[in-house]
Amino acid sequence: MTVSTEQSAAVDAASLLDLYQQMLLIRETEKAAFDQFMSGKVKGTTHLAAGHEAVAVGASSALRDDDYVFATYRGHHHAIARGASPGECLAELMSKATGLCKAKGGSMHLTKADHNMLGSYAIVGAHLPIAAGAAWSAKLRGTGQVAVAFFGDGATNIGAFHEALNLASVWKLPVIFVCENNFYMEYTPIRSVTSVAHPAADRASANALPAEVVDGNDVVAVHEAVVRAAERARAGNGPTLIEAETYRHYGHSRTDPGKYRPEDEVAYWMERDPLRITRDRLGELGVDRDALEAVEASVAKTVRDAVEEALGAPDADPAEAFTDMWADGSATWRT
Amino acid sequence: MADLSTYRDAVSEGIAREMRRDPDVVCLGEDIGAAGGVFKTTVGLLDEFGPNRVWDTPISEQAIVGAAMGAAMTGLRPVAEIMFSDFLACCYDYLANEIPKMRYMTGGQVTVPLVVRTANGGGLGFGAQHSQAVENWVFTVPGLKIAAPSNPADVVGMMASAIRSDDPVVFFEHKGLFASKGEPAPSDHVVPLGEAVVARPGSDVTIAALASTVPLALAAADRLAADDISVEVVDLRCLVPLDARTVLDSVGRTSRLLVVEENPFQGGWGGTLVSIVADEGFETLDAPIRRVAADCVPLPFADALEDEVIPTVDKVVDAVRRLAAY
Repeated sequence: MTVSTEQSAAVDAASLLDLYQQMLLIRETEKAAFDQFMSGKVKGTTHLAAGHEAVAVGASSALRDDDYVFATYRGHHHAIARGASPGECLAELMSKATGLCKAKGGSMHLTKADHNMLGSYAIVGAHLPIAAGAAWSAKLRGTGQVAVAFFGDGATNIGAFHEALNLASVWKLPVIFVCENNFYMEYTPIRSVTSVAHPAADRASANALPAEVVDGNDVVAVHEAVVRAAERARAGNGPTLIEAETYRHYGHSRTDPGKYRPEDEVAYWMERDPLRITRDRLGELGVDRDALEAVEASVAKTVRDAVEEALGAPDADPAEAFTDMWADGSATWRT
Repeated sequence: MADLSTYRDAVSEGIAREMRRDPDVVCLGEDIGAAGGVFKTTVGLLDEFGPNRVWDTPISEQAIVGAAMGAAMTGLRPVAEIMFSDFLACCYDYLANEIPKMRYMTGGQVTVPLVVRTANGGGLGFGAQHSQAVENWVFTVPGLKIAAPSNPADVVGMMASAIRSDDPVVFFEHKGLFASKGEPAPSDHVVPLGEAVVARPGSDVTIAALASTVPLALAAADRLAADDISVEVVDLRCLVPLDARTVLDSVGRTSRLLVVEENPFQGGWGGTLVSIVADEGFETLDAPIRRVAADCVPLPFADALEDEVIPTVDKVVDAVRRLAAY
């Protein structure tokens, strides 16, 4: 295992500005989702990813368009990073017919299959073997694609995590396991229920996987780690595990205020907001305030329009409850 | 007449036929390659198709079925083996929460064309954790097709349909039938999923049966014929799609129904079938509907004890006699 402590390498201003814009699009969408939840337009639950943007955008920007991405119930950022529009995501959350999954999935199951974003999974750890299977398929079909499974620190203590790491390693599958370690499994500090300091990376060597711990709030550091892992995978050298340390800005879900997290810890991480870090860096690279504000205004308008679009969309048609069950489109199970 | 085929050999024959016609079909499971499967149901596949299409796995049921799911979502048609159906409990998340829900909860974006094959059922003295008939574990979750053939030709024909299906299929192979023999499947034999068959026509009592309970029902029918009781045996062949129409039509002729199932009475699939007949076939009935199912205890080891618990010919004969006399 390696722990990257140095700041990520040089990046040009235009590329970083593009990553900043994508991260901001996620942040603004998450704020809108929170507002709509609080106003009663979003029912059920939401697990917001504000704070995790650099993991999604850094990783996604290191992948080919046809690579496979598997996310968790905290997955809005991955859907958007792989090209889902804020409007279709918000429409899904608001039970609209125009939602990504026709309002059959909801916040926890955002999926954009035509971009190979193959789902958000709400049983902790279940998608790691599934991602390994997609990688196995890519290997057998000789396509050069890789599969990426994003998961939380809490998933590192479930059996499917360990089964997937072993299988991926022994079959040398082109899969990248990316842990978004935000230090809490729901409400409990991960360190209090885990036998090792790095819940994901410290388990990799047991399965002969190379592992890296990176600053998950540094979009360039994440990008570079995933570039390295994808190169290994495409060269036939098998899986890699990346543990990206990050922090959630909201609670675990819904209206959880996250009071179990010490104030000084929250303050430390808010200082290290991935958007703030990236914005400062853009300034150092010579991007002036006007250019930044233009991007920010543009993103804000995009998300405002997306909210309006979602609010104005037709509600899900009740008849849709009985479509998409079987491959023939029907829900018929008997004669 | 061609030589008879065993049910066991029909499994590998059915898989091999599909692997020959479709290069996207791949197999994975514990001991299925070099060893040919613990029940010898995958003998010859590794030799014919090579290690890129027949993969030995670790003892990792979640990884086996999870990887099959990921491969099915991305262009392959995997056939995963779970050695004993009891072990479906080790990967039940994939059967209960992942595979059957993927297509629906993504609004039809994702299709999961896979087969999970597994050796099911008792009668061989394997004890409580290797003898269960667990088709009801799968039947309780909408979104999975369930095949459970009773004879070698159906094994081949239903395997063809299962592997070609764009929907996920759980394929129950009955351990007690592996050594049984029957007519071999003709070439290009395909049995559509969801079509029951009248295995023996009769006029007094209908028995609805599945997999191991089909030969059991046929043996009972032979014995009852000597008493002038004419039994019609319906082999359901699948639980999903469930061909309730064939059962209802049969009951329309006989006016009496006995369901014989190997899974426990408590939560067994017969309860669902009976509720359909009670609802839609009530006017045709001249007697209560009865079920012969496994008793609601773990399966004991000794033959004398196991026979007490699972359906037997004697139990079926007794139940039919009482129904006919009602």
